[in-house]
Formats: sequence, structure tokens, C-alpha cells
Amino acid sequence: MSVIGILAMKEIRDGLRNRWIAATVILLTTLALALYFLGSAPTGNVKVSSLDVTVVSLVNLSVYLLPLIALMLSFDALVGEFERGSMLLLLTYPVTRWEIVAGKFVGHMVILLIAILVGYGGTALAIAMATGSSVEHWLAYITMMASSWLLGGVFLALGYVISSLVQERATALGAAIGVWLVAVVLYDFALMGVLLADTEQAISPNLFSALLAINPTDAYRVFNLTGFESVSQVAGMANIGAEFNLNPWLLLVMMGMWVVLPLTITVLRFDRREL
Amino acid sequence: MNNKQPAIELRRVVKRYDDKVVVNNVDLKINQGECLLLVGHNGAGKTTLMKLILGLTRPSEGELQVLGDDPTRISSVARRGQLGFLPEIVSFQQAMTGKEVLTFYARLKGCSVKQCNDLLEQVGLQAAANQRVQTYSKGMRQRLGLAQALLGDPKLLLLDEPTTGLDPSLRQQFYNIIGEMQGKGTTSLISSHALNAFEARVDRVAIMKHGNLLACGTLAELGEQTALPVKMRITVAEGQTSRLAEHLGSYSGISQVNGQSVNLECHNNDKMIIIRRIAEFGDTVRDVDIVTPRLDDIYSYYMQDREQERLS
Repeated sequence: MSVIGILAMKEIRDGLRNRWIAATVILLTTLALALYFLGSAPTGNVKVSSLDVTVVSLVNLSVYLLPLIALMLSFDALVGEFERGSMLLLLTYPVTRWEIVAGKFVGHMVILLIAILVGYGGTALAIAMATGSSVEHWLAYITMMASSWLLGGVFLALGYVISSLVQERATALGAAIGVWLVAVVLYDFALMGVLLADTEQAISPNLFSALLAINPTDAYRVFNLTGFESVSQVAGMANIGAEFNLNPWLLLVMMGMWVVLPLTITVLRFDRREL
Repeated sequence: MNNKQPAIELRRVVKRYDDKVVVNNVDLKINQGECLLLVGHNGAGKTTLMKLILGLTRPSEGELQVLGDDPTRISSVARRGQLGFLPEIVSFQQAMTGKEVLTFYARLKGCSVKQCNDLLEQVGLQAAANQRVQTYSKGMRQRLGLAQALLGDPKLLLLDEPTTGLDPSLRQQFYNIIGEMQGKGTTSLISSHALNAFEARVDRVAIMKHGNLLACGTLAELGEQTALPVKMRITVAEGQTSRLAEHLGSYSGISQVNGQSVNLECHNNDKMIIIRRIAEFGDTVRDVDIVTPRLDDIYSYYMQDREQERLS
């Protein structure tokens, strides 16, 4: 087995041992089911797919929850091991530092994948069995799951950057919560505030689109809510999506950059760190 | 790397953290198969020296070679498989069992997982192999640390204060295992405060103080360098002590004469002359105790001596 595989396996085993995986799966399943039941009430028998409704609710939930879960997994990945002293020993083994970062990333990504597959996927199966759904709705749902995974990856990578920059675990926790607040809550508030204040319409639609695409959580939201016709109908985004002028592929590339860039910074910082 | 090349070689190595000099201009050579004991007060730079050798930190000045390569270079990463390290504070994943921990490290080192069982037995942990590490005592964790360091029969073994916190019988086990490794031709560098326990088990001793390497050599060489006196206690028949003292007079620093014995200190070179003189006394001499300087004495000599030098 490759070094990255060995390191990733250890993270996964840790995740199973300390019930991280179990807790996340239960959390995601419960919320997905709850949203399905809540969402199915008002639609009643109208011709709207339950899966589409669930996609919209889950996207709005995932935007808050997945970054938090990912950050909690990753914020102490490096600094925690520095503090415990286990990193000292690990670095005397035939392992390069980038392999350590890659191993943790792969392991944590698998943990997130399990949580999303079982939690969201299981719920979708239950819904489909109860109501029956067409291929297009399934495609929207699967795309939502995949992009949720990517969103988780973004915040894993951001967590590692924090972990490589700070000296103490407590600082890393504070910084992780700060990153979450900014990316998930404050950025949108600020954007809304600016739009409200902007009576002169100085902010062009293109600039606004760019501002949305830059933030990975907004990119994720826009990608899912405008990507599929049926979903955007439910979300009330049908016309807005066209106006945003945002190519779904561009949004994915932006999110991908938020994975690659932080990981690169992490490896560079880690490489320069002396023990 | 050929056989003549030293396993570890440091040339004028300086390590500064910010402005603080932690390792100052150290020249040190450890030959293959040699066992070197590194002693010094807390904060003398022993651990930093080990970190430099392990490539965990870069020297501010000077250069070093470990197993024929610069340890901070990426090319030396693969070579770390030939290296075993026991850190001062061992920390393992608490939720994993002892065996899982060891298997994880064995895989990383690329050595056979089968070896884990043998090692666990060797350090006396086979009964606790399937317990979680969080249930382990300090001594058990230390032994797991040693097992981990011995994975893959390392060519070079670095042990940072391996016996602190161990009870006497565990310590004995530790010494035996380290002795076995020496028998296999492993080069080892051991940092410890258990001076007298190690003095007979190592080839050479290096003494560090405030980042400086004060001395390095065999126990005999160090004894000579320090010119510490040999102590003797000669027990004689009742009432003969003053006669003996007179007889020895010119060669010795007699420190104490009492009813039955004479205590004296002499230079190592005078030792044999004095012993012959004692022999001339024949039957009157009941017993002779000779105490040559031990590592403890040499160590405290270096610690004190330099303190005075610095003050003056």
C-alpha cells in the first residue's frame, strides 16, 4: 500500500473509532429525512418531485452544515499532532510532508463521502421508493451529493491551512469558526448590504456574479439551485439563474481552486515548519 | 556509504532559534556500530542535536551527514527506513491498540507486519497487544515506543532519554535490548541522565553544556582529560594508620586518617606506585578499596569547572 493510502486508512479508522463517522451519518440522515417530511407537506399532490424539493432544502442546509463538519475534522489535523508530539515521530519515518497532508485529505474525504452517501443517498433511496422518481430528478440529486462532497473538500483544505499556520490547537479552533462565519454567514450579509446600499446600480450583474462565484459556499448554492431546470423551478431561481450568467462549470472550477490553493499553501507552510 | 565512513558526522554545526544559540559549533563523529552516550543538563541541546540528525530541523550553520546523506534533503527520506527513533515523550493514537499502532508504523517503514508480534514479545507487551493505548501505563507506552524504534532492524538508533519513568526491572530489560542491538552492529546515540547505568554499556560519552560539546571520548580518555583523582581507602590493623600515612606521604593527598583506615586521593599515574607501597606493608593491610572516577564525577567536574571559568 502506498504511504498516502496507509495514512488515509489511519484517518478513516480513527473516524470509525471515535464515532465521527457514525455521528455525521446520523446527523445527515436525520436532517435529510426531516427536511423531506417537512418539504412534502406543503407540496401535497402538486406535480413537483419530492426529490427536487429535498435537493433545494438539502442544499440550503448543507451550505451551513458541511463546512462546519469539514472544518471540525480538519482544523487540528496538523497542529493537534504537533501538540501531542506524534508528528515528531511520524516525520522520522520515510514519509514526506506533502504525503502526510495528502494522506489526511484522502482519509477525511472518504469520511465525508461515507457520511454523504449514507446520509443523503440513503434518504434519497427511501424517498424514491416511497414516491418514485424520474432519471432527471435523480441526476439533480446525485449532482447535489457530488458537489456537497466538493464543498466539504473545500473546507477540509481551509482547515488544513489554519492548522499549518497556528501554534496552538485552541487558536486553530477559533480560526476555524471564524472562517465558517465569514464564508457561510457574513459574506452573504455583506453582499446583501452592499446591494441594498447600491442605489446607483454601480454593481453590474457581472460583478455581482463574480462576487458570488468567488465564495465557495455561494458557488455551491448557485450551482445546485440553477443547474437543473426542475430544481430551479422549485427554488424560485428559474429566471435569476439566467441573469447571473454563471456557467456551472466555472462554478465547479472555482470550488476546485478553493481545494487546490489551500492544500498547496498548507504543504508549503508545513515544509518550512521546524520542529 | 562504505564501511569506513562515519554513520553520523557533524561539522561546525550551529543551531539558533531566533537569537538563542541552542547548539554551538559542534563537531562530532559517530562511527558505524558505535554506541555513544550523550549527556548534559536539561536544555543543553541534546534533543536539538537529535532533531538535527533526524532532519527535523535545519542547522543554522555548518553541515551534517547521516548515513551518508544530508538528513534535511528530500533524497534522505527513503533512508529514514534504516533509522529508529524513540522520542523523549512518546505519544500514540489513544484509540488504537498497541498492535495496531505498531502495524501502522511497520507499514510506513515498509517492513513486514509479522515482525510486530516478535517485537511486542521482545518488549513484553504481547499480553497487552490488543488493548487500547489509552489504557497503557507510562512504562508500557515507553516500551511500545522502543518496539516502534526497533522496527525493520535499524542501522541507526536514536534514543532520547529512554529510561526515564521506568522501574528498575524494566530498565534492565531496556539495557538488554539495547545491548542486543549493539551486538547486531547497530550504531546508537542515546541521551540519558542515568549516567552510571550507561557508562559500562557505551563506547564513548559526549558531554554537552549550554549548546557546547565540552568533551567526547571513552571513559578512560575523559578520566585522563579531567585528571580526576583516584580514591583509595586502605584498612590496616589497629594503630598502624599513622605509620602507613607517613610511609605513603610524598605521593598522596591523604584526606583522612582515623583509627583503622587511611583515605587518600591520588593522580591516576601515581596509582600503581602507591599500590606497591601499600603492598610493602604486608599483613598489616587488611583491605584496599580503589574507586576510579565514574561518569558521575567526570560529569560534575565538567559542569562545575566551566561554571567557574565563566564566572572568572
